[in-house]
Amino acid sequence: MDLIDEPEKAGNTPEFTVSELSGAVKRAIEGEFGHVRVKGEVGRVVRARSGHLYFDLKDDRNVLACTTWKGQIPGLSVIPEEGMEVVAHGRMTTFGSQSKYQLNAVEVAVAGVGALMAMLEKRKKALQAEGLFAPERKQALPFLPDVIGVVTSAQGAVIRDILHRLRDRFPRKVLVWPVAVQGKDCAPQVARAIAGFNAMTPGGALPRPDLLIVARGGGSIEDLWGFNEEEVARAAAASMIPLISAVGHETDTTLIDFVADRRAPTPSAAAEIAVPVRLELINDVDQLDSRLSRAVTEGVRGRKQRVSDLARLLPRPDMLVEDARQRFDYWSERLDLALKGRVSAGELRLSRAAGSLRPGLLQGRLDRARERQTGWSARLAPALARAARDKRTAFAHQAGRLSPVQIERAISKGRDDVRARLDRLRLVARTAQDRRQARLEALDSLRRTLGYTETLKRGYAVVRGDGDVVMTAKAAGKAGSLELEFADGKLAVGKGDAPRPKKAKPKTPPPDQGSLF
Amino acid sequence: MSDRPVAEMSFEDALRELEEVVGKLERGEVPLDESIALYERGAKLRKRCEAKLQEAEEKVAKLTLDGDGTPTGTEPLDAG
Repeated sequence: MDLIDEPEKAGNTPEFTVSELSGAVKRAIEGEFGHVRVKGEVGRVVRARSGHLYFDLKDDRNVLACTTWKGQIPGLSVIPEEGMEVVAHGRMTTFGSQSKYQLNAVEVAVAGVGALMAMLEKRKKALQAEGLFAPERKQALPFLPDVIGVVTSAQGAVIRDILHRLRDRFPRKVLVWPVAVQGKDCAPQVARAIAGFNAMTPGGALPRPDLLIVARGGGSIEDLWGFNEEEVARAAAASMIPLISAVGHETDTTLIDFVADRRAPTPSAAAEIAVPVRLELINDVDQLDSRLSRAVTEGVRGRKQRVSDLARLLPRPDMLVEDARQRFDYWSERLDLALKGRVSAGELRLSRAAGSLRPGLLQGRLDRARERQTGWSARLAPALARAARDKRTAFAHQAGRLSPVQIERAISKGRDDVRARLDRLRLVARTAQDRRQARLEALDSLRRTLGYTETLKRGYAVVRGDGDVVMTAKAAGKAGSLELEFADGKLAVGKGDAPRPKKAKPKTPPPDQGSLF
Repeated sequence: MSDRPVAEMSFEDALRELEEVVGKLERGEVPLDESIALYERGAKLRKRCEAKLQEAEEKVAKLTLDGDGTPTGTEPLDAG
Protein backbone atom coordinates (compact mmCIF):
# COMPACT_ATOMS: atom_id res chain seq x y z
CA MET A 1 0.00 0.00 0.00
CA ASP A 2 1.33 3.36 -1.01
CA LEU A 3 1.69 5.85 1.69
CA ILE A 4 1.47 8.71 -0.72
CA ASP A 5 -1.52 9.03 -3.00
CA GLU A 6 -0.56 9.59 -6.56
CA PRO A 7 -2.46 12.33 -8.21
CA GLU A 8 -5.03 10.95 -10.63
CA LYS A 9 -4.35 11.33 -14.28
CA ALA A 10 -6.21 14.30 -15.73
CA GLY A 11 -6.35 12.75 -19.11
CA ASN A 12 -7.17 14.90 -22.13
CA THR A 13 -10.09 16.78 -20.56
CA PRO A 14 -9.29 20.50 -20.58
CA GLU A 15 -9.35 22.13 -17.24
CA PHE A 16 -11.60 25.19 -16.85
CA THR A 17 -11.56 27.77 -14.22
CA VAL A 18 -15.02 28.36 -12.74
CA SER A 19 -15.34 31.65 -14.55
CA GLU A 20 -14.25 30.16 -17.81
CA LEU A 21 -16.85 27.43 -17.53
CA SER A 22 -19.45 29.90 -16.40
CA GLY A 23 -18.66 32.07 -19.43
CA ALA A 24 -18.84 29.09 -21.75
CA VAL A 25 -22.19 28.04 -20.36
CA LYS A 26 -23.43 31.61 -20.69
CA ARG A 27 -22.39 31.71 -24.33
CA ALA A 28 -23.93 28.34 -25.03
CA ILE A 29 -27.21 29.25 -23.40
CA GLU A 30 -27.39 32.68 -24.96
CA GLY A 31 -26.51 31.21 -28.33
CA GLU A 32 -29.05 28.44 -28.12
CA PHE A 33 -31.90 30.39 -26.47
CA GLY A 34 -31.29 33.89 -27.76
CA HIS A 35 -34.94 34.34 -28.56
CA VAL A 36 -37.60 32.33 -26.67
CA ARG A 37 -41.24 32.49 -25.75
CA VAL A 38 -42.23 30.70 -22.56
CA LYS A 39 -45.65 30.10 -21.04
CA GLY A 40 -46.14 29.73 -17.29
CA GLU A 41 -47.78 30.91 -14.16
CA VAL A 42 -46.24 33.85 -12.36
CA GLY A 43 -44.96 32.94 -8.93
CA ARG A 44 -43.16 35.27 -6.55
CA VAL A 45 -42.77 38.84 -7.87
CA VAL A 46 -40.20 41.30 -6.47
CA ARG A 47 -39.72 44.88 -7.57
CA ALA A 48 -36.21 45.72 -6.36
CA ARG A 49 -35.38 49.11 -4.98
CA SER A 50 -33.19 49.61 -8.02
CA GLY A 51 -36.34 49.49 -10.14
CA HIS A 52 -35.60 46.13 -11.72
CA LEU A 53 -38.30 43.47 -11.73
CA TYR A 54 -37.59 39.92 -10.60
CA PHE A 55 -40.21 37.23 -10.88
CA ASP A 56 -40.67 33.49 -11.27
CA LEU A 57 -42.49 31.62 -13.99
CA LYS A 58 -43.54 28.13 -13.06
CA ASP A 59 -45.52 25.13 -14.02
CA ASP A 60 -46.38 22.18 -11.82
CA ARG A 61 -42.80 20.93 -11.75
CA ASN A 62 -40.27 23.64 -12.50
CA VAL A 63 -39.53 27.26 -11.89
CA LEU A 64 -37.83 29.72 -14.20
CA ALA A 65 -36.30 32.87 -12.76
CA CYS A 66 -37.01 35.96 -14.83
CA THR A 67 -35.70 39.50 -14.79
CA THR A 68 -36.85 42.62 -16.54
CA TRP A 69 -34.54 45.57 -16.22
CA LYS A 70 -35.85 48.93 -15.23
CA GLY A 71 -35.56 50.33 -18.76
CA GLN A 72 -37.39 47.37 -20.25
CA ILE A 73 -40.39 47.56 -17.98
CA PRO A 74 -42.32 50.09 -20.12
CA GLY A 75 -42.19 47.53 -22.97
CA LEU A 76 -44.23 44.94 -20.99
CA SER A 77 -47.87 44.44 -21.88
CA VAL A 78 -48.63 43.66 -18.28
CA ILE A 79 -46.74 43.89 -15.02
CA PRO A 80 -46.70 40.29 -13.79
CA GLU A 81 -48.65 39.44 -10.62
CA GLU A 82 -48.59 36.25 -8.66
CA GLY A 83 -50.92 33.60 -10.02
CA MET A 84 -51.19 35.19 -13.44
CA GLU A 85 -50.82 32.84 -16.41
CA VAL A 86 -48.51 34.58 -18.85
CA VAL A 87 -46.40 34.17 -21.98
CA ALA A 88 -42.98 35.83 -21.56
CA HIS A 89 -40.73 36.70 -24.44
CA GLY A 90 -36.96 37.34 -24.20
CA ARG A 91 -33.54 35.69 -24.19
CA MET A 92 -32.05 33.20 -21.80
CA THR A 93 -28.91 34.17 -19.95
CA THR A 94 -27.03 33.10 -16.87
CA PHE A 95 -26.12 34.62 -13.54
CA GLY A 96 -22.73 33.14 -13.06
CA SER A 97 -22.11 34.36 -9.55
CA GLN A 98 -25.03 32.22 -8.31
CA SER A 99 -24.83 29.44 -10.88
CA LYS A 100 -28.24 30.43 -12.09
CA TYR A 101 -29.87 30.63 -15.44
CA GLN A 102 -32.69 33.03 -16.07
CA LEU A 103 -34.84 34.66 -18.67
CA ASN A 104 -34.44 38.31 -19.46
CA ALA A 105 -38.06 39.04 -20.27
CA VAL A 106 -38.67 41.96 -22.60
CA GLU A 107 -42.33 41.27 -23.05
CA VAL A 108 -44.91 39.66 -20.77
CA ALA A 109 -48.49 39.01 -21.86
CA VAL A 110 -51.44 37.41 -20.06
CA ALA A 111 -52.04 33.84 -21.19
CA GLY A 112 -55.23 32.89 -19.29
CA VAL A 113 -56.18 30.98 -16.15
CA GLY A 114 -53.20 29.78 -14.15
CA ALA A 115 -52.07 26.34 -15.22
CA LEU A 116 -52.09 25.04 -11.67
CA MET A 117 -55.56 26.34 -11.01
CA ALA A 118 -56.71 25.02 -14.34
CA MET A 119 -55.33 21.61 -13.46
CA LEU A 120 -57.02 21.76 -10.07
CA GLU A 121 -60.31 22.75 -11.69
CA LYS A 122 -59.99 19.78 -14.03
CA ARG A 123 -59.40 17.37 -11.15
CA LYS A 124 -62.22 18.89 -9.20
CA LYS A 125 -64.61 18.45 -12.10
CA ALA A 126 -63.52 14.86 -12.67
CA LEU A 127 -64.00 13.91 -8.99
CA GLN A 128 -67.26 15.76 -8.83
CA ALA A 129 -68.48 13.91 -11.89
CA GLU A 130 -67.62 10.68 -10.05
CA GLY A 131 -69.88 11.86 -7.24
CA LEU A 132 -67.11 12.09 -4.63
CA PHE A 133 -68.39 15.47 -3.39
CA ALA A 134 -72.03 14.39 -3.13
CA PRO A 135 -73.70 15.45 0.14
CA GLU A 136 -75.19 11.97 0.62
CA ARG A 137 -71.64 10.54 0.79
CA LYS A 138 -70.89 12.65 3.87
CA GLN A 139 -70.77 10.64 7.10
CA ALA A 140 -72.10 11.96 10.38
CA LEU A 141 -69.40 12.77 12.91
CA PRO A 142 -69.57 10.92 16.25
CA PHE A 143 -70.94 13.08 19.05
CA LEU A 144 -68.14 12.13 21.38
CA PRO A 145 -65.27 10.23 19.68
CA ASP A 146 -63.19 7.97 21.92
CA VAL A 147 -60.04 8.12 19.84
CA ILE A 148 -59.16 10.88 17.42
CA GLY A 149 -56.62 10.25 14.69
CA VAL A 150 -54.74 13.31 13.53
CA VAL A 151 -52.81 13.34 10.25
CA THR A 152 -50.35 16.23 10.33
CA SER A 153 -46.79 17.19 11.03
CA ALA A 154 -45.63 15.99 14.47
CA GLN A 155 -43.96 19.33 15.00
CA GLY A 156 -45.29 22.83 14.83
CA ALA A 157 -48.28 24.90 15.83
CA VAL A 158 -50.96 22.83 14.16
CA ILE A 159 -50.85 19.76 16.41
CA ARG A 160 -50.32 22.01 19.46
CA ASP A 161 -53.41 24.06 18.60
CA ILE A 162 -55.50 20.93 18.13
CA LEU A 163 -54.37 19.32 21.41
CA HIS A 164 -54.90 22.56 23.28
CA ARG A 165 -58.41 22.98 22.05
CA LEU A 166 -59.24 19.33 22.76
CA ARG A 167 -57.92 19.65 26.30
CA ASP A 168 -60.10 22.75 26.87
CA ARG A 169 -63.24 21.09 25.63
CA PHE A 170 -62.99 17.36 26.30
CA PRO A 171 -59.67 15.56 26.70
CA ARG A 172 -59.59 12.51 24.45
CA LYS A 173 -57.18 9.83 23.27
CA VAL A 174 -55.29 11.19 20.30
CA LEU A 175 -53.16 9.27 17.84
CA VAL A 176 -50.93 11.38 15.66
CA TRP A 177 -49.75 9.99 12.33
CA PRO A 178 -46.79 12.17 11.39
CA VAL A 179 -46.58 13.19 7.73
CA ALA A 180 -44.78 15.69 5.56
CA VAL A 181 -47.20 18.53 4.99
CA GLN A 182 -45.48 19.94 1.92
CA GLY A 183 -43.22 18.82 -0.86
CA LYS A 184 -43.41 15.74 -2.99
CA ASP A 185 -43.72 13.34 -0.06
CA CYS A 186 -46.76 15.10 1.29
CA ALA A 187 -49.50 13.59 -0.85
CA PRO A 188 -48.41 9.93 -0.66
CA GLN A 189 -47.81 10.13 3.08
CA VAL A 190 -51.15 11.76 3.81
CA ALA A 191 -52.97 9.25 1.61
CA ARG A 192 -51.19 6.39 3.36
CA ALA A 193 -51.96 7.76 6.82
CA ILE A 194 -55.69 8.01 6.07
CA ALA A 195 -55.72 4.47 4.70
CA GLY A 196 -53.54 3.26 7.61
CA PHE A 197 -55.93 4.57 10.28
CA ASN A 198 -58.81 2.88 8.46
CA ALA A 199 -56.87 -0.40 8.38
CA MET A 200 -56.58 -0.56 12.18
CA THR A 201 -58.94 -2.99 13.90
CA PRO A 202 -61.18 -1.64 16.63
CA GLY A 203 -59.88 -2.71 20.02
CA GLY A 204 -56.58 -3.83 18.51
CA ALA A 205 -53.12 -3.18 19.82
CA LEU A 206 -53.38 0.30 18.37
CA PRO A 207 -56.86 1.70 19.05
CA ARG A 208 -58.62 2.53 15.79
CA PRO A 209 -59.76 6.17 15.81
CA ASP A 210 -63.46 6.92 15.35
CA LEU A 211 -62.71 10.36 13.94
CA LEU A 212 -59.91 11.67 11.71
CA ILE A 213 -58.55 15.19 11.39
CA VAL A 214 -56.28 16.01 8.43
CA ALA A 215 -54.64 19.32 9.22
CA ARG A 216 -52.06 21.76 7.97
CA GLY A 217 -51.30 25.40 8.69
CA GLY A 218 -51.50 28.22 6.16
CA GLY A 219 -49.08 28.57 3.27
CA SER A 220 -48.78 29.45 -0.38
CA ILE A 221 -50.75 27.55 -2.98
CA GLU A 222 -47.60 25.55 -3.76
CA ASP A 223 -47.12 24.68 -0.09
CA LEU A 224 -50.66 23.36 0.14
CA TRP A 225 -50.45 21.61 -3.19
CA GLY A 226 -50.12 18.13 -1.72
CA PHE A 227 -53.70 18.39 -0.44
CA ASN A 228 -54.85 19.08 -3.99
CA GLU A 229 -53.47 15.77 -5.22
CA GLU A 230 -55.94 13.21 -6.42
CA GLU A 231 -54.53 10.36 -4.30
CA VAL A 232 -55.20 12.38 -1.13
CA ALA A 233 -58.74 13.21 -2.23
CA ARG A 234 -59.42 9.58 -3.07
CA ALA A 235 -58.01 8.33 0.24
CA ALA A 236 -60.22 10.82 2.12
CA ALA A 237 -63.26 9.78 0.09
CA ALA A 238 -62.55 6.11 0.78
CA SER A 239 -62.16 6.64 4.55
CA MET A 240 -64.74 4.71 6.56
CA ILE A 241 -63.83 6.82 9.56
CA PRO A 242 -65.52 10.25 9.48
CA LEU A 243 -62.95 12.85 8.44
CA ILE A 244 -62.55 16.57 9.10
CA SER A 245 -60.23 18.53 6.81
CA ALA A 246 -58.46 21.63 8.12
CA VAL A 247 -55.90 22.72 5.56
CA GLY A 248 -54.53 26.24 5.36
CA HIS A 249 -56.46 29.33 6.31
CA GLU A 250 -60.16 29.88 5.99
CA THR A 251 -59.75 31.35 2.51
CA ASP A 252 -57.72 28.41 1.17
CA THR A 253 -59.75 25.63 -0.34
CA THR A 254 -58.02 22.44 -1.36
CA LEU A 255 -59.32 19.33 -3.04
CA ILE A 256 -59.50 17.35 0.22
CA ASP A 257 -61.98 19.92 1.60
CA PHE A 258 -64.52 18.85 -0.99
CA VAL A 259 -64.37 15.15 -0.14
CA ALA A 260 -64.02 15.51 3.64
CA ASP A 261 -67.15 14.86 5.72
CA ARG A 262 -66.66 18.29 7.30
CA ARG A 263 -64.39 21.16 6.40
CA ALA A 264 -62.97 23.19 9.26
CA PRO A 265 -61.60 26.66 8.54
CA THR A 266 -58.61 26.14 10.86
CA PRO A 267 -57.02 23.28 12.85
CA SER A 268 -58.41 24.70 16.13
CA ALA A 269 -61.86 24.81 14.60
CA ALA A 270 -61.45 21.15 13.66
CA ALA A 271 -60.92 20.32 17.33
CA GLU A 272 -64.07 22.27 18.22
CA ILE A 273 -66.06 20.36 15.67
CA ALA A 274 -64.57 17.07 16.91
CA VAL A 275 -65.66 17.14 20.56
CA PRO A 276 -68.37 18.80 22.65
CA VAL A 277 -67.58 20.79 25.80
CA ARG A 278 -67.30 18.40 28.75
CA LEU A 279 -68.36 20.86 31.45
CA GLU A 280 -71.52 21.70 29.56
CA LEU A 281 -72.36 18.02 29.25
CA ILE A 282 -71.76 17.41 32.95
CA ASN A 283 -74.09 20.27 33.68
CA ASP A 284 -76.70 18.88 31.27
CA VAL A 285 -76.56 15.44 32.88
CA ASP A 286 -76.83 16.93 36.38
CA GLN A 287 -79.89 18.86 35.36
CA LEU A 288 -81.47 15.84 33.75
CA ASP A 289 -80.77 13.87 36.93
CA SER A 290 -82.49 16.37 39.19
CA ARG A 291 -85.40 16.60 36.78
CA LEU A 292 -85.65 12.82 36.80
CA SER A 293 -85.85 12.64 40.61
CA ARG A 294 -88.26 15.53 40.81
CA ALA A 295 -90.48 14.11 38.08
CA VAL A 296 -90.82 10.71 39.75
CA THR A 297 -91.39 12.19 43.21
CA GLU A 298 -93.94 14.59 41.81
CA GLY A 299 -95.62 11.72 40.00
CA VAL A 300 -96.14 9.74 43.19
CA ARG A 301 -97.08 12.76 45.30
CA GLY A 302 -99.57 13.95 42.74
CA ARG A 303 -101.27 10.58 42.57
CA LYS A 304 -101.46 10.34 46.36
CA GLN A 305 -103.06 13.73 46.47
CA ARG A 306 -105.62 12.77 43.92
CA VAL A 307 -106.50 9.58 45.79
CA SER A 308 -107.09 11.45 49.04
CA ASP A 309 -109.06 14.17 47.26
CA LEU A 310 -111.31 11.62 45.66
CA ALA A 311 -111.72 9.66 48.89
CA ARG A 312 -112.97 12.78 50.61
CA LEU A 313 -115.56 13.34 47.95
CA LEU A 314 -116.86 9.74 48.16
CA PRO A 315 -120.28 9.76 50.06
CA ARG A 316 -121.25 7.02 52.65
CA PRO A 317 -123.42 4.32 51.09
CA ASP A 318 -126.12 4.32 53.89
CA MET A 319 -126.47 8.09 53.40
CA LEU A 320 -127.24 7.54 49.80
CA VAL A 321 -130.02 4.98 50.60
CA GLU A 322 -131.57 6.95 53.46
CA ASP A 323 -132.10 9.97 51.40
CA ALA A 324 -133.67 7.98 48.63
CA ARG A 325 -135.95 6.14 51.05
CA GLN A 326 -137.17 9.33 52.65
CA ARG A 327 -137.95 10.84 49.35
CA PHE A 328 -139.78 7.69 48.32
CA ASP A 329 -141.92 7.67 51.47
CA TYR A 330 -142.78 11.30 51.08
CA TRP A 331 -143.83 11.01 47.51
CA SER A 332 -145.72 7.73 47.86
CA GLU A 333 -147.83 9.26 50.62
CA ARG A 334 -148.59 12.28 48.58
CA LEU A 335 -149.47 10.07 45.67
CA ASP A 336 -152.49 8.54 47.53
CA LEU A 337 -153.75 11.87 48.73
CA ALA A 338 -153.34 13.54 45.43
CA LEU A 339 -155.22 10.83 43.63
CA LYS A 340 -158.19 10.80 46.03
CA GLY A 341 -158.45 14.59 46.10
CA ARG A 342 -158.36 14.81 42.37
CA VAL A 343 -161.22 12.28 41.94
CA SER A 344 -163.59 13.88 44.44
CA ALA A 345 -162.99 17.34 43.06
CA GLY A 346 -163.82 16.05 39.62
CA GLU A 347 -167.04 14.40 40.79
CA LEU A 348 -168.16 17.58 42.44
CA ARG A 349 -167.62 19.69 39.37
CA LEU A 350 -169.36 17.10 37.20
CA SER A 351 -172.52 16.96 39.32
CA ARG A 352 -172.69 20.74 39.43
CA ALA A 353 -172.39 21.12 35.76
CA ALA A 354 -174.83 18.32 34.98
CA GLY A 355 -177.43 19.69 37.42
CA SER A 356 -178.00 22.92 35.56
CA LEU A 357 -177.80 21.44 32.11
CA ARG A 358 -181.60 21.24 31.02
CA PRO A 359 -183.45 21.88 27.67
CA GLY A 360 -185.77 24.44 29.34
CA LEU A 361 -182.77 26.58 30.12
CA LEU A 362 -181.74 26.68 26.50
CA GLN A 363 -185.35 27.35 25.26
CA GLY A 364 -185.72 30.28 27.65
CA ARG A 365 -182.59 31.91 26.30
CA LEU A 366 -183.82 31.34 22.75
CA ASP A 367 -187.24 32.92 23.45
CA ARG A 368 -185.68 35.97 25.01
CA ALA A 369 -183.50 36.52 22.04
CA ARG A 370 -186.43 36.22 19.64
CA GLU A 371 -188.48 38.70 21.67
CA ARG A 372 -185.68 41.23 21.55
CA GLN A 373 -185.38 40.84 17.84
CA THR A 374 -189.14 41.44 17.14
CA GLY A 375 -189.12 44.52 19.33
CA TRP A 376 -186.26 46.05 17.40
CA SER A 377 -187.82 45.21 14.01
CA ALA A 378 -191.08 46.95 14.95
CA ARG A 379 -189.26 50.08 15.93
CA LEU A 380 -187.26 50.23 12.77
CA ALA A 381 -189.81 51.78 10.25
CA PRO A 382 -191.25 54.55 12.51
CA ALA A 383 -187.74 55.56 13.50
CA LEU A 384 -186.75 56.01 9.89
CA ALA A 385 -189.87 58.12 9.05
CA ARG A 386 -189.36 60.30 12.06
CA ALA A 387 -185.77 61.02 11.22
CA ALA A 388 -186.72 62.02 7.63
CA ARG A 389 -189.43 64.36 8.88
CA ASP A 390 -187.10 66.11 11.28
CA LYS A 391 -184.54 66.74 8.55
CA ARG A 392 -187.19 68.11 6.20
CA THR A 393 -188.48 70.62 8.83
CA ALA A 394 -184.97 71.83 9.52
CA PHE A 395 -184.43 72.31 5.82
CA ALA A 396 -187.61 74.36 5.36
CA HIS A 397 -186.69 76.49 8.30
CA GLN A 398 -183.29 77.29 6.87
CA ALA A 399 -184.75 77.90 3.36
CA GLY A 400 -187.21 80.42 4.82
CA ARG A 401 -184.40 82.35 6.34
CA LEU A 402 -182.68 82.64 2.96
CA SER A 403 -184.10 86.03 1.42
CA PRO A 404 -182.66 88.69 -1.12
CA VAL A 405 -183.65 91.62 1.14
CA GLN A 406 -180.72 91.01 3.38
CA ILE A 407 -178.25 91.01 0.50
CA GLU A 408 -179.80 94.12 -1.11
CA ARG A 409 -179.56 95.93 2.19
CA ALA A 410 -175.90 95.06 2.48
CA ILE A 411 -175.25 96.21 -1.10
CA SER A 412 -176.86 99.68 -0.62
CA LYS A 413 -175.01 100.12 2.65
CA GLY A 414 -171.75 99.28 0.93
CA ARG A 415 -172.54 101.73 -1.90
CA ASP A 416 -173.17 104.58 0.64
CA ASP A 417 -169.85 103.80 2.32
CA VAL A 418 -168.00 104.04 -0.96
CA ARG A 419 -169.69 107.35 -1.79
CA ALA A 420 -168.80 108.91 1.57
CA ARG A 421 -165.23 107.82 1.27
CA LEU A 422 -164.92 109.18 -2.25
CA ASP A 423 -166.20 112.58 -1.03
CA ARG A 424 -163.65 112.68 1.70
CA LEU A 425 -160.95 111.69 -0.73
CA ARG A 426 -161.90 114.50 -3.12
CA LEU A 427 -161.89 117.08 -0.31
CA VAL A 428 -158.49 116.00 0.93
CA ALA A 429 -157.06 116.00 -2.60
CA ARG A 430 -158.37 119.44 -3.32
CA THR A 431 -156.95 120.91 -0.13
CA ALA A 432 -153.52 119.44 -0.84
CA GLN A 433 -153.64 120.78 -4.41
CA ASP A 434 -154.48 124.30 -3.19
CA ARG A 435 -151.65 124.20 -0.72
CA ARG A 436 -149.15 123.21 -3.39
CA GLN A 437 -150.44 125.90 -5.79
CA ALA A 438 -149.98 128.65 -3.19
CA ARG A 439 -146.46 127.48 -2.43
CA LEU A 440 -145.60 127.36 -6.12
CA GLU A 441 -146.76 130.93 -6.60
CA ALA A 442 -144.80 132.15 -3.60
CA LEU A 443 -141.68 130.50 -4.89
CA ASP A 444 -142.21 131.88 -8.38
CA SER A 445 -142.51 135.45 -7.13
CA LEU A 446 -139.31 134.87 -5.15
CA ARG A 447 -137.71 133.62 -8.30
CA ARG A 448 -138.80 136.66 -10.24
CA THR A 449 -137.35 139.10 -7.70
CA LEU A 450 -134.02 137.29 -8.03
CA GLY A 451 -134.03 137.29 -11.90
CA TYR A 452 -132.37 140.00 -14.10
CA THR A 453 -135.74 141.05 -15.52
CA GLU A 454 -136.57 142.59 -12.17
CA THR A 455 -133.26 144.52 -12.42
CA LEU A 456 -134.39 145.75 -15.84
CA LYS A 457 -137.54 147.14 -14.17
CA ARG A 458 -135.30 149.25 -12.03
CA GLY A 459 -133.92 150.98 -15.16
CA TYR A 460 -131.04 148.81 -16.22
CA ALA A 461 -130.57 147.37 -19.69
CA VAL A 462 -128.81 144.36 -21.18
CA VAL A 463 -126.58 144.89 -24.24
CA ARG A 464 -126.13 142.05 -26.69
CA GLY A 465 -123.79 142.00 -29.60
CA ASP A 466 -124.41 139.49 -32.35
CA GLY A 467 -126.69 137.63 -29.91
CA ASP A 468 -124.24 137.42 -27.00
CA VAL A 469 -124.17 139.60 -23.91
CA VAL A 470 -121.67 142.41 -24.17
CA MET A 471 -120.00 143.44 -20.92
CA THR A 472 -117.30 145.92 -22.12
CA ALA A 473 -117.08 148.85 -24.50
CA LYS A 474 -114.29 147.05 -26.32
CA ALA A 475 -116.51 144.10 -26.98
CA ALA A 476 -119.30 146.40 -28.10
CA GLY A 477 -116.98 148.05 -30.59
CA LYS A 478 -116.12 144.69 -32.11
CA ALA A 479 -119.72 143.49 -32.43
CA GLY A 480 -121.38 143.69 -35.82
CA SER A 481 -124.77 144.62 -34.37
CA LEU A 482 -126.03 145.51 -30.93
CA GLU A 483 -129.34 144.95 -29.22
CA LEU A 484 -130.61 146.55 -26.02
CA GLU A 485 -133.03 144.84 -23.77
CA PHE A 486 -135.18 146.88 -21.45
CA ALA A 487 -137.89 145.90 -19.10
CA ASP A 488 -140.54 146.49 -21.64
CA GLY A 489 -138.79 145.02 -24.72
CA LYS A 490 -135.78 144.84 -27.03
CA LEU A 491 -134.36 147.47 -29.36
CA ALA A 492 -131.76 146.99 -32.10
CA VAL A 493 -129.32 149.86 -32.49
CA GLY A 494 -127.73 150.66 -35.78
CA LYS A 495 -124.31 149.70 -36.62
CA GLY A 496 -124.70 148.80 -40.21
CA ASP A 497 -127.20 146.21 -40.96
CA ALA A 498 -129.70 145.17 -38.50
CA PRO A 499 -128.84 141.91 -36.89
CA ARG A 500 -130.45 138.79 -38.12
CA PRO A 501 -133.01 137.94 -35.63
CA LYS A 502 -131.64 135.33 -33.46
CA LYS A 503 -133.41 132.98 -31.34
CA ALA A 504 -133.77 134.71 -28.03
CA LYS A 505 -131.36 133.16 -25.72
CA PRO A 506 -130.87 135.15 -22.54
CA LYS A 507 -127.37 134.70 -21.34
CA THR A 508 -127.04 137.12 -18.52
CA PRO A 509 -127.63 135.55 -16.07
CA PRO A 510 -129.77 132.61 -17.04
CA PRO A 511 -130.29 131.54 -13.54
CA ASP A 512 -130.59 127.87 -13.40
CA GLN A 513 -132.94 127.47 -10.58
CA GLY A 514 -133.61 123.83 -11.06
CA SER A 515 -136.82 122.49 -9.94
CA LEU A 516 -138.00 123.10 -6.51
CA PHE A 517 -140.42 120.30 -6.78
CA MET B 1 -88.54 2.62 26.51
CA SER B 2 -85.67 0.90 24.75
CA ASP B 3 -84.54 -2.48 26.02
CA ARG B 4 -80.99 -1.95 24.86
CA PRO B 5 -78.46 -2.65 27.64
CA VAL B 6 -77.31 0.68 28.95
CA ALA B 7 -73.73 -0.53 29.33
CA GLU B 8 -73.40 -0.85 25.56
CA MET B 9 -74.67 2.60 24.78
CA SER B 10 -72.57 5.50 23.53
CA PHE B 11 -72.63 8.69 25.53
CA GLU B 12 -74.77 10.39 22.92
CA ASP B 13 -77.39 7.62 22.83
CA ALA B 14 -77.51 7.40 26.62
CA LEU B 15 -77.96 11.17 26.90
CA ARG B 16 -80.71 11.21 24.29
CA GLU B 17 -82.63 8.40 26.01
CA LEU B 18 -82.19 10.07 29.38
CA GLU B 19 -83.79 13.21 27.95
CA GLU B 20 -86.70 11.15 26.65
CA VAL B 21 -87.20 9.41 29.99
CA VAL B 22 -87.22 12.72 31.88
CA GLY B 23 -89.63 14.23 29.36
CA LYS B 24 -92.07 11.34 29.70
CA LEU B 25 -92.02 11.42 33.48
CA GLU B 26 -92.46 15.19 33.58
CA ARG B 27 -95.45 15.05 31.28
CA GLY B 28 -96.94 12.45 33.63
CA GLU B 29 -98.10 10.35 30.70
CA VAL B 30 -97.01 6.96 32.03
CA PRO B 31 -98.81 4.70 34.54
CA LEU B 32 -97.40 4.62 38.04
CA ASP B 33 -95.77 1.18 37.95
CA GLU B 34 -94.21 1.98 34.57
CA SER B 35 -92.94 5.28 35.85
CA ILE B 36 -90.98 3.49 38.57
CA ALA B 37 -89.34 1.29 35.95
CA LEU B 38 -88.64 4.38 33.85
CA TYR B 39 -87.02 6.07 36.80
CA GLU B 40 -84.74 3.10 37.33
CA ARG B 41 -83.78 3.13 33.67
CA GLY B 42 -83.13 6.86 33.87
CA ALA B 43 -80.84 6.38 36.84
CA LYS B 44 -78.83 3.79 34.91
CA LEU B 45 -78.58 6.09 31.89
CA ARG B 46 -77.41 8.89 34.13
CA LYS B 47 -74.67 6.66 35.56
CA ARG B 48 -73.63 5.71 32.05
CA CYS B 49 -73.40 9.34 30.98
CA GLU B 50 -71.42 10.26 34.04
CA ALA B 51 -69.06 7.37 33.51
CA LYS B 52 -68.44 8.44 29.92
CA LEU B 53 -67.86 12.00 31.06
CA GLN B 54 -65.35 10.75 33.62
CA GLU B 55 -63.35 9.16 30.81
CA ALA B 56 -61.92 12.56 30.06
CA GLU B 57 -58.37 11.48 30.12
CA GLU B 58 -55.98 12.96 27.69
CA LYS B 59 -53.69 10.42 26.15
CA VAL B 60 -51.65 11.60 23.21
CA ALA B 61 -49.38 9.28 21.31
CA LYS B 62 -47.44 9.51 18.11
CA LEU B 63 -47.22 6.51 15.81
CA THR B 64 -43.78 5.25 14.98
CA LEU B 65 -43.41 4.19 11.38
CA ASP B 66 -40.94 1.88 9.73
CA GLY B 67 -39.12 2.63 6.50
CA ASP B 68 -42.21 1.78 4.42
CA GLY B 69 -44.37 4.09 6.49
CA THR B 70 -46.06 1.19 8.27
CA PRO B 71 -46.86 1.82 11.94
CA THR B 72 -44.69 -0.15 14.30
CA GLY B 73 -45.81 1.24 17.63
CA THR B 74 -46.36 4.45 19.54
CA GLU B 75 -44.27 6.90 21.45
CA PRO B 76 -45.15 9.96 23.49
CA LEU B 77 -45.65 13.02 21.36
CA ASP B 78 -43.36 15.92 21.94
CA ALA B 79 -45.40 18.63 20.35
CA GLY B 80 -43.20 21.32 21.85
